[in-house]
Amino acid sequence: MSLELIVAGAMIVSLMFYALLGGADYGGGVWDLFARGRRAEAQRTLIVEAIGPVWEANHVWLILVVVILFTGFPRAFAVIATALHIPLTLLLIGIVLRGSAFTFRTYDSKRDRVQQRWSRVFSIASVITPILLGVTLGAIASGTIKVENGVVTSGFVSSWLAPFPFAVGFFALSLFAFLAAVYLTLETKDEKLQEDFRRRALLSGGAVGVLALTVFLLSGMGAPSVRAGLTASRWAVPLHLATATSALGAFYFLWKRRYALARLCAACQVSLILWGWALAQFPFIVEPDITINSAAAPRATLRLLLIALAAGALLLFPSFYYLFRVFKGKTAFSVLSEESKTE
Amino acid sequence: MTDLLAARSQMAMSLAFHIIFAAVGIAMPLLMVIAEWRWQRTREEVYLTLAKRWAKGTAILFAVGAVSGTVLSFELGLLWPEFMSYAGAIIGMPFSLEGFAFFTEAIFLGIYLYGWTRVRPRAHLLAGVIVAISGALSGIFVVIANAWMNSPTGFEIADGKPVNIDPLAAMLNPMALSQTLHMTLAAYAATGFAVAGIHAFLLLRDRKNLFHRRALGIALLVGGVAALLQPLSGDLSARAVALNQPVKLAALEGQFKTERGAPLRIGGVPDEAAGETRYAIEIPYALSLLAFHDANAEVKGLEAFPRDQWPNTLIVHTAFQVMVGMGTLMMLVALWGAVRWWKRRRQDLTENKWFLRALVLAAPAGMIAIEAGWTVTEVGRQPWIIYGVMRTKDAVTPMPGLVVPFITFTLLYIFLAAIVVWLLLRQVAASPREVTAGKESKERKEEGEQGVVA
Repeated sequence: MSLELIVAGAMIVSLMFYALLGGADYGGGVWDLFARGRRAEAQRTLIVEAIGPVWEANHVWLILVVVILFTGFPRAFAVIATALHIPLTLLLIGIVLRGSAFTFRTYDSKRDRVQQRWSRVFSIASVITPILLGVTLGAIASGTIKVENGVVTSGFVSSWLAPFPFAVGFFALSLFAFLAAVYLTLETKDEKLQEDFRRRALLSGGAVGVLALTVFLLSGMGAPSVRAGLTASRWAVPLHLATATSALGAFYFLWKRRYALARLCAACQVSLILWGWALAQFPFIVEPDITINSAAAPRATLRLLLIALAAGALLLFPSFYYLFRVFKGKTAFSVLSEESKTE
Repeated sequence: MTDLLAARSQMAMSLAFHIIFAAVGIAMPLLMVIAEWRWQRTREEVYLTLAKRWAKGTAILFAVGAVSGTVLSFELGLLWPEFMSYAGAIIGMPFSLEGFAFFTEAIFLGIYLYGWTRVRPRAHLLAGVIVAISGALSGIFVVIANAWMNSPTGFEIADGKPVNIDPLAAMLNPMALSQTLHMTLAAYAATGFAVAGIHAFLLLRDRKNLFHRRALGIALLVGGVAALLQPLSGDLSARAVALNQPVKLAALEGQFKTERGAPLRIGGVPDEAAGETRYAIEIPYALSLLAFHDANAEVKGLEAFPRDQWPNTLIVHTAFQVMVGMGTLMMLVALWGAVRWWKRRRQDLTENKWFLRALVLAAPAGMIAIEAGWTVTEVGRQPWIIYGVMRTKDAVTPMPGLVVPFITFTLLYIFLAAIVVWLLLRQVAASPREVTAGKESKERKEEGEQGVVA
């Protein structure tokens, strides 16, 4: 395997962790916005306590994606940042508002109207930001960002202001909300709260299915070559089977209230969707003019970057393990719900 | 407003905003860790209260620093895609390392802030130490990238493209050491003095308050030591600039003519059209002496460089004067404190009203110096984005209407700044009152275990 391929793989791995961890933090914000009923306050408190200690660290996965992109594939970064200037800028505003509102709410200890307003800013930004993230990825996959001699020729609007990128945006939102709901069933021992989030998980899981179908249907027009990859490749059928199995597994275990297994299935499902997209788009970073090879930095840079990534991973994974072990207890890495009950 | 000016303004504004939070993010964890360490050693409750208070302030400032830093990492491409396309492979490396340092910082800050009752005291303190170290490393890596923009190394140019790229050589560029040292010390000095100033202000109203006295002691120790060391690193920086960016040295000194035995100018207004700096107090030979450690050394003036390679002399010279002035103020206050402490060991520094007043006066000095210093290095590099290699105007995005994101982010940041100040004022207003050595336990109860969630 070539160096650039390993670096590209590391970038997708980072994006996957961002979706699985940072994505769920956004999803938490979604359920904050839709907190309803007698237990609305309890739901909000649970979300805050679940996100609080970990969201800053989860957020750094996005930084890592960006850094790998501009170090390993500088030309691709320049093209993406130019063509998608507008959605990326909006995405940043969402990130800024979400993060600061969450912190302001946490550290302004007075429980008054001001705090409720921060809560609202946090939850609305948590809904909008994933959509913009999805729009960005959808536009990258769509094949409408055209580059000639290193210059973006397709303008600043048409590539993302289209049905397909927005379908991907809502799909991303539904995935994050689904992940969050599934994770949250394991964050409490209160069975009523568990039921609340179980119901939300099943609902948003349904939405994931509908939106996945929508994205797939729109991809015929919106992202033809990715569609071709997803249907005609040798790996297409096994991948779809694996994804479908994970999705059905998640539903089954939610239904059976075996939440740890449901979490495992949901995480697999989201990861497989991401890898499916990455494989379908291979070897392009930006369809159809920027490939992994054409945008890759020189070998000296890639080699050093890989060494840094490997050393960083050695430092990072134990630290992350410790963080989750401290705040999520034994359930953090378990696949057995039973343990969560005895804890 | 042209798109180039809008892009430069947006970048300048984003950095000016972020740099405050970054500096505090480097130094604040150190203060907080010292307080917790004192608590574990002395069991004086007031130190625990202090550590928790400072941790809350750190949490607010870190979060805003993290999101504004995220904005910057994207803005590199959103505003300067040609720069990133050219330089990404050369200086992406320190950014990658910064990514991991930032990861470590975020993980252990989470443990520190939320883990007071969940991990053992020793592990908790260690988490704080890791936050302090990785925070400093984050800053160092980012400044290394900036130093490369000032003294680009680690590549050759063929047909206008970088070849033979050596990212390690790029990281070890000639400005890296002096800039990282200067910025890191600046972060400790500025934060230390800002915190000391706040507690000095509160002490002036409540002279016996043990909480503020302990806080002042720690903040002044960190800020004072850094402020006393900073002139040494400033000397190192000046010589590195003289060697690697002579035109920046000429601009920041208002030196138009190339001459031997050049004088050091204090104050003054550079007039680019007339080619001289008016109304300055000149100290003969001092510039040659400072820049090259030789009173007769030749200092190149702006006239030695083509007119289209001059930075804006008025801005750079003025900013430099402000930076040095603020640095000197802090150094003198630190010196005063050090002398007093040395002479009458038994007497608490906080007994002297005039010293407290001086600390209040010096509270914003470090942050002003950081902004001014950053202006010197960034405006002083213009018209280049990579000194001598790529001009800023050639790096900018073709995106039209850049004034819109500039105004949007400016308003957003003004709003955030106002909120942060308001939140911090509420924190300060809630400081423990009238804590004297005997009456701590009551405060401790009120503080309770709210540190876990609150």
